[in-house]
Amino acid sequence: MRDVIHLNKITDFIIGDAQAERAVPPTGFTARLTLFAAAVMAFLAVFALALSVSAARLSERWASELAQSATVRISAPQGQMQASSEAALVVLQTTPGVASARVLSDAEQRKLLEPWFGPEMPLEALPIPQLIEIIEDEEGLDAEALRLRLLGEVPGAVLDDHARWRAPLVAAAARLSFLGWFSIGLIFAVMGAMITLAANAALAANAKVITVMRLVGAKDGYIASAFVRRFTLRSVTGAALGMALGVAALLVLPTGGPQDSLLSGLGFQGASWLWPLAIPLVAGLVAFGATQAAARRTLKELR
Amino acid sequence: MAYSYGDGELLGDMTLSLPAGSFYFLTGPSGAGKTTLLKLCYGELLPTAGQLRLFDKDVRALDRDGIAELRRRIGVVHQDCQFLDHLSIADNIALPLTVAGQSVAGAQDNLAELMSWVGLRGRASALPPELSGGERQRAALARAVIMSPDVILADEPTGNIDWEMSQRLLQLLVELNRMGKTVVIATHDLGLIRAAKSQVQARVLRIAGRRIQQAGADL
Repeated sequence: MRDVIHLNKITDFIIGDAQAERAVPPTGFTARLTLFAAAVMAFLAVFALALSVSAARLSERWASELAQSATVRISAPQGQMQASSEAALVVLQTTPGVASARVLSDAEQRKLLEPWFGPEMPLEALPIPQLIEIIEDEEGLDAEALRLRLLGEVPGAVLDDHARWRAPLVAAAARLSFLGWFSIGLIFAVMGAMITLAANAALAANAKVITVMRLVGAKDGYIASAFVRRFTLRSVTGAALGMALGVAALLVLPTGGPQDSLLSGLGFQGASWLWPLAIPLVAGLVAFGATQAAARRTLKELR
Repeated sequence: MAYSYGDGELLGDMTLSLPAGSFYFLTGPSGAGKTTLLKLCYGELLPTAGQLRLFDKDVRALDRDGIAELRRRIGVVHQDCQFLDHLSIADNIALPLTVAGQSVAGAQDNLAELMSWVGLRGRASALPPELSGGERQRAALARAVIMSPDVILADEPTGNIDWEMSQRLLQLLVELNRMGKTVVIATHDLGLIRAAKSQVQARVLRIAGRRIQQAGADL
């Protein structure tokens, strides 16, 4: 029942009182300013949102994909490589927290090095260490204990649990995501400030209208609602336009690069494409609050 | 009550009661405080000392919305009419209904009748600047009475119109008084007061020296 009442209030606000709306004359300058400011801010908000969502996605992927894996790198003379690898596998198979361990094939190692050396490089001629991929179980392994065992039982074997370079990357991606959300907050704060200025200008320009409406018995809430409704609807319209343009711009950004790249992965995926739809709604709430405050303040000053 | 602005006292130590259905003229030299007294009578200004009661309510105890409610029972006609120039004259006359949340569509017959009563039939869609001074004053009167108020306050209603038109306006105000409305007209037009006294039992209050005086019957 309460939901129905709230829905009715929202519907009444959107449909509005056409007669009351007409009591306030159209103000071209502030109308265009509000529409333009809301559109630009919404356009920027789409990019800040995309940056934030993409960075959060990247941070989550790096954290989850790399956290459960580690690598043992074996450096040994060519004749002892096989024996050292097998010794390391034996150590790993008896290490608590290791779900599986396998020696990477030559083809897999070649593929890993391709981005640096190119496809034509004769890797067979190079003294490349052998890599063993470790998948940890849910409990995880004790990296320090494993390092000590490898040091004692397989000289030349070095454990890399990826923590050293993973942690700053995950932290950077998380910080970038936070900055994205912070930017969105700033964008809406600026939008609120601009709408307040436009509303103040409109209220000042309509001092006579306010006087006449009061003279004939209008309550301040009624007068404020005429301005609030107008500015809120303009802001929602402008923000919807800006949001549509922002989403369109995201759609034409180049894609197809590596999955873990922020530049080629900037945008939304799946259900996160619904996020931008919140921008006009938030813009409407900001405009409602800003105009309501401006109108109440002005009406109080005009006593 | 008394009313001061800054350090200056504009109206001092006056006691006045306006009974329902009475007809008053408020006169006095320019700057005497006629408009100030009228503004006090519809809650635009609040007394700085004493007590002002409108319809048995202490105005100083009311908030802004309470005063707005009171104003719906008081029709005001200003010398400069105070219209919204972007609205048609019919919309301006219907504005009190609009702000009170009443249906304008449902009051179309009353609106047409009222416009006919003040002689503005056929001028409904005209904008205020397109009307003559007399038409604007009559439209202001129509707006003042559309809510069927108990009191009509008119501030120099004939200040900008010719004698013939002012007689027509006076006739409308007298008709309203005969319907039981309280009418208070601030004017320095003695001819208008004399004309009214031949039609209605009107009392004259003169403001001078920041005080109200009952004027003589020879006015």
